[in-house]
Amino acid sequence: MSASSLDTFVSALDTQDVPCERTTRSSFVETLETHIRGPTVGVPLGDLGVELSETDVTVDPTPAQLKAAHTGVTPASFAIADYGSVVIPDSSDGAELVSLFVNRHVVVVEAEDIVPEMEAAFARFGEQFRTHLDSGIIATGPSATADMGDLVFGAHGPKEVHVIILEPTDE
Amino acid sequence: MSDAEELRHLMATEGDAISLNTKGFNRGRYDSVSRLDDYDELKDKARAIKEDAIERLPELIDQLEETIAENGGTLYIADDEDDANEYIREVVADREAERVVKSKSMTSEEIEVNEALEADGVEVVETDLGEWVLQVADEAPSHIVAPAIHKSRDAIAELFNERFDLDEPLETAEELTQFAREQLGELIEDAQVGMTGANFVTADTGTMALVTSEGNARKTVAATDTQIAVAGVEKVVPTVEDMQPFVELIGRSGTGQDITAYLSLLTPPVGTPNVDFGDDETPLSELDADRDFHLVLIDNGRMAMREDDDLRETLYCIRCSACSNSCANFQQVGGHAFGGETYSGGIATGWEAGIEGLDTAAEFNDLCTGCSRCVDACPVKIDIPWINTVVRDRINGEKEGQFDFLVDGLTPDEEDTSPSLQKRFFGNFETVAKVGSALAPASNWLANTTVSRQAMQRVLGVDARRELPKFTRETLVEWFADRETAVRNPDRRAVLYPDLYTNHVQVERGKAAVRVLEALNIDVVVPKVASSGRAPLSQGMVSTARDHAERVSAALLPHIEDGRDVVVIEPSDLAMFHREYKRLLDQSTHESLAGNSYEVMEYVYGLLENGASVDILTPAMGERVAYHSHCQQRTLGLEGHTTAVLERCGYDVLTSDVECCGMAGSFGYKSDYYDVSVAVGNDLRDQFTDADASDRTVVASGTSCLEQLDDLLERPTRHPIQLLAGDRR
Ligand code: SF4
Repeated sequence: MSASSLDTFVSALDTQDVPCERTTRSSFVETLETHIRGPTVGVPLGDLGVELSETDVTVDPTPAQLKAAHTGVTPASFAIADYGSVVIPDSSDGAELVSLFVNRHVVVVEAEDIVPEMEAAFARFGEQFRTHLDSGIIATGPSATADMGDLVFGAHGPKEVHVIILEPTDE
Repeated sequence: MSDAEELRHLMATEGDAISLNTKGFNRGRYDSVSRLDDYDELKDKARAIKEDAIERLPELIDQLEETIAENGGTLYIADDEDDANEYIREVVADREAERVVKSKSMTSEEIEVNEALEADGVEVVETDLGEWVLQVADEAPSHIVAPAIHKSRDAIAELFNERFDLDEPLETAEELTQFAREQLGELIEDAQVGMTGANFVTADTGTMALVTSEGNARKTVAATDTQIAVAGVEKVVPTVEDMQPFVELIGRSGTGQDITAYLSLLTPPVGTPNVDFGDDETPLSELDADRDFHLVLIDNGRMAMREDDDLRETLYCIRCSACSNSCANFQQVGGHAFGGETYSGGIATGWEAGIEGLDTAAEFNDLCTGCSRCVDACPVKIDIPWINTVVRDRINGEKEGQFDFLVDGLTPDEEDTSPSLQKRFFGNFETVAKVGSALAPASNWLANTTVSRQAMQRVLGVDARRELPKFTRETLVEWFADRETAVRNPDRRAVLYPDLYTNHVQVERGKAAVRVLEALNIDVVVPKVASSGRAPLSQGMVSTARDHAERVSAALLPHIEDGRDVVVIEPSDLAMFHREYKRLLDQSTHESLAGNSYEVMEYVYGLLENGASVDILTPAMGERVAYHSHCQQRTLGLEGHTTAVLERCGYDVLTSDVECCGMAGSFGYKSDYYDVSVAVGNDLRDQFTDADASDRTVVASGTSCLEQLDDLLERPTRHPIQLLAGDRR
């Protein structure tokens, strides 16, 4: 990641009206709490070096808890700066479900994991898919539709997306 | 209903919503692609990937079959609709599914899988909100990306309020969406089978891309344990990396979004846990992801299209809808008129001809006027007008001509097929014009009597409301032959191409061109040359057009070899030389003609750039003009030269910002299409009669644009070269 990718990403989110916050690992819990509303479920963020255990988030929920939740917290595998997109993994802990079956999706991405553009993103997908047969969702802003005569957010998926960027502590 | 009535009906009922939405998408496309630095490179890359993939398709399909089997899924290649449906019904029956939830896919519309499953007693639910609206209304899609584009918010509210037992009537888009989300959410959560399309499938990993905004495709896959993906065989690309240019182009080209909200790259069977939403004991991580995946790739005529030199390009289509949105006729009538059994808009002719047959394609193919506005819009650079022309030619071949004896004298064409009498009349307009000039002014008087207008309407389908061109007694070529040139030491030498209209009808613009060029010290000749073949080509008479192309090149090439530039006034003819002659002539003839031909204002611009003094031209002192360029001229990137020249001469120029004037040659003359043509033209009229334009002198480059503007406006119109000529003799 270069500093410019981070800036590009932040401004792309801004043009989509997606709230975004930069934080460090030590301030993460505090930052997260301002972004969650209502019953909240999440998947573990251990790979990112932060824990949800000190928060009100129900980690690894049951399907019924997921259905009742308002907010869902998941990691992003990486982000694409110029489009302001985050990549949701399709993992066995249910990140795909938690990011989709809620009204508000809070997604956490590491600043190191922001690639500049689509070409870099697809280079990464190519390598990853060929070795692990993975899937990924490039998500840009909330779910949307214009089918009912006007642009409406929250068609089938979340109405709102919030992005939290984890920056290295020693800066 | 006659075609004209049917079109009028659709314009009255669906036209407003379609027009509002397609124009919005189209403006969005212009905005979005203008923000790309490498738009053209992306298009070239996308085109190259498709060319290669279709070339190697059998090999890629074999590779994909192996990949999917290794991944734990099944690939089934279906020959046709029945074959596909039979396979899908079996999968659904094996799963003992009662409900299939579907995310939007044109290919599943193509095979009418809903009907097949419903016959087995399976409930099929469309989860895309637009598609669901149509399911509730029991209507067919009218647009390949936004299927319910023809329905306004009010119409949807009315539909829901009527069909569902509601406590409170629904009104806003927000309320309607929320209602649909709730209804569909329940249905999705306890369905057994999820059916999706696939925008692209990669042979290396078996990854499929689903381009969506709503999230219904994701839910459809995540909430069911059996996924059936249905796609045409042409969707296979070699590698994951190959999807990149498409991903960047598809949303921009279609709805004008930089990217759609969700781009799912799924390598099924996906690893997401399988949930039962009633389960309040097992955490997600402990659930397994036992899933079944079937990819059904459908041939249905596509492999034969691959072998067809003219239809092959259709397979490059990524179904983005840019061709529909940019089409002025589509903007008025929508896909219920401009479409076949499944596909709609410009490229639908290719699809329907390939998968359904010529009969289906014939029903709407005439709505393509060949204006070529879609060519630049298409992210894979498909020559859509050419496909429409070829299909029109093949349709002509299927019909028996009934009145051939009547027109044989007037129609010395090269067709072995039998285009309709109307098509032969317009296709052989060169002969009509020759006779018209020879007999003018009597011919003009005769053509305009009530009796002849009624006869023309009855026999030829020429709408009596449209004013006919007036032939001049003296053609441009005759005028020029009697004239002494004043240029002694010319800077360059040119041959002015006397197109059909300039030669017989708009002779004044031809004279003006000669005068301006001579004033700029160009030695000009105006020889007798055949008409370009644009007229027969528009009627799908390809062999006649080829015959014209050969005669034109035979007449012009010696001049080119002699060092002359070819200057063309009529943009649709210049476009023939540049674009269509590529298909009609051998490569070197085409290159030499195209490489040496210039639009007249482009030529003047070039002369000014190369040192000619603008003072020679008639100065304007800020005179205000409203300028409408020509569709094909804009596709060739030549709109700006006229504006630049006029501005240098001191004009205050306002340019039109509509896609098209709505006339496009013969189209606006035909009774069936007259109303559509005028409806398209209304946008142009509105712009040129509003406060900023109503006092401006109107100029337009194309013959048909001038004729349309003459009909729409009360002011006289001219070609821009006539402004430059001033009162030069
Ligand atoms: S032909 Fe081109 S513009 Fe039309 S839908 Fe296909 S890809 Fe898009």
